[in-house]
Amino acid sequence: MPYLGNDDTVKDLKRVLSNPHVQSDQLRYRNAILKVIRIMSQGVDVSSLFSEMVKACATVDIVQKKLVYVFLCSYASLNPELSLLVINTLRKDCQDPNPMVRSLALRNMTNLRLPSLMEYVEQPLTAGLRDRAACVRRVAVLGWAKLHKLQPNSEIDGAVVNELYSLLRDPDPVVMVNCLRALEEILKEEGGVAINKPIAHHLLNRLKECDVWGQSEVLKILQRYQPHSEDELFDILSLLDASLVSPHTPVMAATLSLFLSLCSTLPAVSLAALERVRGPLLAACGSASREIRFTVLCHIQLLLRSVPGLMGAHYKRFFCGYAEPAYIKQRKMQVLVELVNDDNVAMLLDELKEYCTDVNTDTAQAAISAIGRIGRSYSDRCLVILTGLLGLKQENITSAVVQTMRDLVWVSPQCSDTVCNALEGCEEILHDSQGKQALLWLLGTYGDKVFSAPYTLEAFIDGVRCETSSAVKMELLTATLRLFLCRPAETQDMLGRLLHYGIEEETDMCVRDQALLYYRLLQCGVDETRKVVQGRRSDPSLGVLIGRPAEPVSQWAHIFNTLTPLCQITSETELVNSSFQHTSYQPNSDLSDAMNACQLQSIEESVGEHTQSPSDILVTSTIVPLSLLPTLTPAEFEHLWIQGITHTEKEQDGVCMIEHVQCHNVTHSSSQSFQAAMQLVNIQTLAFTPINVLPWRVYLYTHTEAPPCSTLILGELLYTGNANEEEDAFEHTKGYHDANIIVVGEQIERKANHEEDVTLEGKNKSDLTKDNGQVAKLKVTLKQKPRDDKALRGFLSILTTVLHTLSPEGE
Amino acid sequence: MISQVFILSSKGDRLVYKDFRGDVGSDAVGLFYDKVTAPTGDRLPVVTTYKDVHFVHVWQGGLYLVATTTTADSPPFAIIEFLNRLAALINDYCGSLSEKTVQMNFALIYELLDEMLDFGYVQSTSCDVLKNFIQTEALSSRPFSLFDLANVGLFGADTQQSKVAPGSAAARPMQGGKSEIFVDVVERMSVVMGANGVLMKAEVEGEVKVKCFLPSCSEIRVGLNEDLSIGTSPLRGRTTRCSLSKIKVAKKFPPFLGYGAAVRVDECHFHPAVRLDDFDAHRVLRFGPGQGEQSVMTYRLADHLPLAPPFRLFPAIEKDNAGRLLMFFKLRCDLPPKSAAVDVSATVRVPKGCVSLSQELSSPDQSAELRPQHRAVVWNIARFPGGTQLSALFKLDVPALSSASMMEVGPVDLTFELPKVTASGLRVRFLRLAPAQHRGPAQRWVRYVTRSDSYAIRI
Repeated sequence: MPYLGNDDTVKDLKRVLSNPHVQSDQLRYRNAILKVIRIMSQGVDVSSLFSEMVKACATVDIVQKKLVYVFLCSYASLNPELSLLVINTLRKDCQDPNPMVRSLALRNMTNLRLPSLMEYVEQPLTAGLRDRAACVRRVAVLGWAKLHKLQPNSEIDGAVVNELYSLLRDPDPVVMVNCLRALEEILKEEGGVAINKPIAHHLLNRLKECDVWGQSEVLKILQRYQPHSEDELFDILSLLDASLVSPHTPVMAATLSLFLSLCSTLPAVSLAALERVRGPLLAACGSASREIRFTVLCHIQLLLRSVPGLMGAHYKRFFCGYAEPAYIKQRKMQVLVELVNDDNVAMLLDELKEYCTDVNTDTAQAAISAIGRIGRSYSDRCLVILTGLLGLKQENITSAVVQTMRDLVWVSPQCSDTVCNALEGCEEILHDSQGKQALLWLLGTYGDKVFSAPYTLEAFIDGVRCETSSAVKMELLTATLRLFLCRPAETQDMLGRLLHYGIEEETDMCVRDQALLYYRLLQCGVDETRKVVQGRRSDPSLGVLIGRPAEPVSQWAHIFNTLTPLCQITSETELVNSSFQHTSYQPNSDLSDAMNACQLQSIEESVGEHTQSPSDILVTSTIVPLSLLPTLTPAEFEHLWIQGITHTEKEQDGVCMIEHVQCHNVTHSSSQSFQAAMQLVNIQTLAFTPINVLPWRVYLYTHTEAPPCSTLILGELLYTGNANEEEDAFEHTKGYHDANIIVVGEQIERKANHEEDVTLEGKNKSDLTKDNGQVAKLKVTLKQKPRDDKALRGFLSILTTVLHTLSPEGE
Repeated sequence: MISQVFILSSKGDRLVYKDFRGDVGSDAVGLFYDKVTAPTGDRLPVVTTYKDVHFVHVWQGGLYLVATTTTADSPPFAIIEFLNRLAALINDYCGSLSEKTVQMNFALIYELLDEMLDFGYVQSTSCDVLKNFIQTEALSSRPFSLFDLANVGLFGADTQQSKVAPGSAAARPMQGGKSEIFVDVVERMSVVMGANGVLMKAEVEGEVKVKCFLPSCSEIRVGLNEDLSIGTSPLRGRTTRCSLSKIKVAKKFPPFLGYGAAVRVDECHFHPAVRLDDFDAHRVLRFGPGQGEQSVMTYRLADHLPLAPPFRLFPAIEKDNAGRLLMFFKLRCDLPPKSAAVDVSATVRVPKGCVSLSQELSSPDQSAELRPQHRAVVWNIARFPGGTQLSALFKLDVPALSSASMMEVGPVDLTFELPKVTASGLRVRFLRLAPAQHRGPAQRWVRYVTRSDSYAIRI
């Protein structure tokens, strides 16, 4: 509260207001009231002055009236009885010859928000709808909406609704728009105002008369209208064409929104509209108001999801201004990353490089990770910049660069050599936990390439007692263990010390548990440890699916021109700079791998127990160790796959196998979860069709490491959806691969109770279609080189288990 | 729809608060201010959400103008434009937008809000409509200043200086003014220049603003350069000037700068009320006046500016024997000799950990200071005439100076104002009012100014 002596001030004012001398002097009276409003808007409670203010209401001075109304509307709900006194004055004012007084009285009568006064208000409101002056009608129309809001459960008066509908033809455009708004609120239960053809065309024809606000409101409501024919649709579109390029951003955005909803079935028209709106959007990007600039940037990001090349030539528009606030700079960088192409990459990186040394550390970090993102496609150029930045030897920059490098290596492993060379000496500069974790991850994963890795880790281990972050300690444990596996001689001693510290001295339970786990793992033997700890070095999903496929417009059309794109700051930055996800789960991923491996074993055992048919091959097959390494590039995969088809028959070293697996519909599970599940058991998915697209295909590969030899297995999963078609396809392939061994898969009879479990899990998903619950038949084509039937069956059993554990999306 | 509108000062004082729908409690103000002061270290993003209340704010003139809404599908463009419009209206009515004017005129602002919004829906924001409803008179907060007296001549006669529009003229409340009209051509320049002087990006955003306080006037006609071409359309042949313009301009009209090529803009947009009947043939904008400020035309020009960029920088950076960082800058102003840049300020980013600065500046009216928290040296030049060159030598003590620190120097960002200059070359050829003002001559002012939006020079 701004003043200490509030009570005194209010008492003083009360005295002044009730002083008859003041009351007779208009100017003094008004000044006293001004004072009341002033302290009221500062947040002081002046409700005790209510009765004095009610008296002050009866005046001819309009300014004073307005001031008193401001007061009354704020405090009426606290004094319902006294407010009754005001109603008389207000009702009298409603008869005033001056339309301004009438509208003022009507507006404030409805603003009092007192249900007890409703009966007094209805009559003036009804009269107001037929008033000569447009300004009174405007107020009266909205007044009905206010009444409805006060008593939402009361019955809707059909006569009023009809009257409001007829007022849509009012000559005053604001009255028309207000009618729409009021009907929208009153008829909310029924889905808002009904837009039929005559109303829609009436609104469209009068669009030009409305001001900016009215237009955007009408355009928004028109989204609900469905044109009856294509001709009508195109008539409407051509009518709206001018507003699409309106210099007023609210109108432009609302029109585009309407376009997208009208043309939801005509993607070509939507794309043309997006092209057309590019000019105005870019113009708004240079708007003097930075808030508008920010809003436009957020919406451009939406557009780019569907049309990535839309703004490529205009990348200079998204260069950051020196004095722009950080939130705009960061958005601009996110847009710049999307715009990169062969022509502008040099300029763009040059510009981003400048931002890396920004005074604001967040901006600098965003710029560095933006360069890392571009590095996925232009790794050489970006690595030069990133290593150059390390030369600055500044804490925050080095930390951001190391994190970015880790993220980059994760996606494009070909950068690892350069990165490993650059890491030397970073540890002296890094002081924050995020940076340290990134460095440790890199050292652990690429320890064989960094000469000084053991020495760096030793320094960390020596200082582990002073380390406060448990995440860093956990990362250190993993890194040391990994390094031990590739460079045992140098690391053994320090690993021992670290484990000792972790088990004996550490107080953090997570760290201690991890140390214990590693200790016991090592007791099981190095090979076991290697199996658990040797994690993936890269995220192969991204290496293959280059570039994000353009999303359909409908994915984001419904949030266009709403507050949602502006609010998504946190989630989007996380997407862009994946270091968050990384650091939070990286240290645990090994653990979860280990856990899942155990789980998998038990699952497989249980599957084996369930399906105890003597002919079952699965039981006989032991668990086959799978490995992702060496990695296959998509090109290699394609080559091998085609080669496999043509040559396996002759060279007897390879095998092709076609199998049918029944499981519930995996095509509905999201690609991420599918991929993650496969990776848990060391099966690499190379490419797949989007979910719910038929025919649904997945290509995958893995290596079996069953001694004495290891084999490569390539696989294709195919789901055509239609059982008959599938049979045909099956027959066809059967004929084609006659010479191959074709194992017609055993029909795994799923236990009824298992199925019930699944449906129980999914029961709260109302949108779970029947289809999802159904059992789908997947055709699995496998190719192996060299041939090893046992390993192949082992692989198949693992694959089947994983497919069974996959549940439809949303669970 | 908007639930509440409130205005907060930068210190968090509640200046104006109006609830329109009663669905958000009045504690929203406190919530918002908590978010503003939350130690995130950065300016609050435009939209913040607390539970189901969305706060949309605009930061202008040191004030937070905030609207709250409960529906997430409210159009953000409309809400932000509304808040901007509110700020502009306060500016028009009260003369300026600042904590002080808002405090003085809160009654007027309540009145404005009451007429602009009803039940959270925008009713009208046009000055013409609102002026019929607004009864409160604005209080102007211009402090008494001796400079005001300087314009008064002997026995109240107009001095020569009074032909010049006083800088504060535009900052006058719109009510009770004389019959005056201001046409402002305001351009914002954003330039990125490489170390070798190569332009990497050059962009000009321009606006023709009209601020009109004329009681009786039905049409204003503004003639622009006849050789103005838009987009890449072929250049029009020059036509002879058919009419002598009777413009009273701010200061003497500088001789028309010798632009060789025709004046060109890449794209331009007009206010919907502008009639463009004569635009194709004679480049004349015709429109009815509205009270208050309106933007008649906005335009944009990129990459190929008719003039050389106004400033060139020649830097030399080295390390001396004592381990200090020496930065020698020569800054040249490439404006035509008769014009000058004012309020020039060059911000040079310096390495982290600079402790002290010693400087040698080429003339006494310059100044420079080190701002360690921004890692910057700021070099201020009050007035910088065209065709001249200034130099400065900065010696910086950086304790841990390494060769890597040299990479941290730069870029240099310039902020400046170029009065009477338009970077695009756009000019107002004439300004006519119809019907002719019979109640005394109307004061007509045409002003040009180019400001820097972002003028960065790499080192």
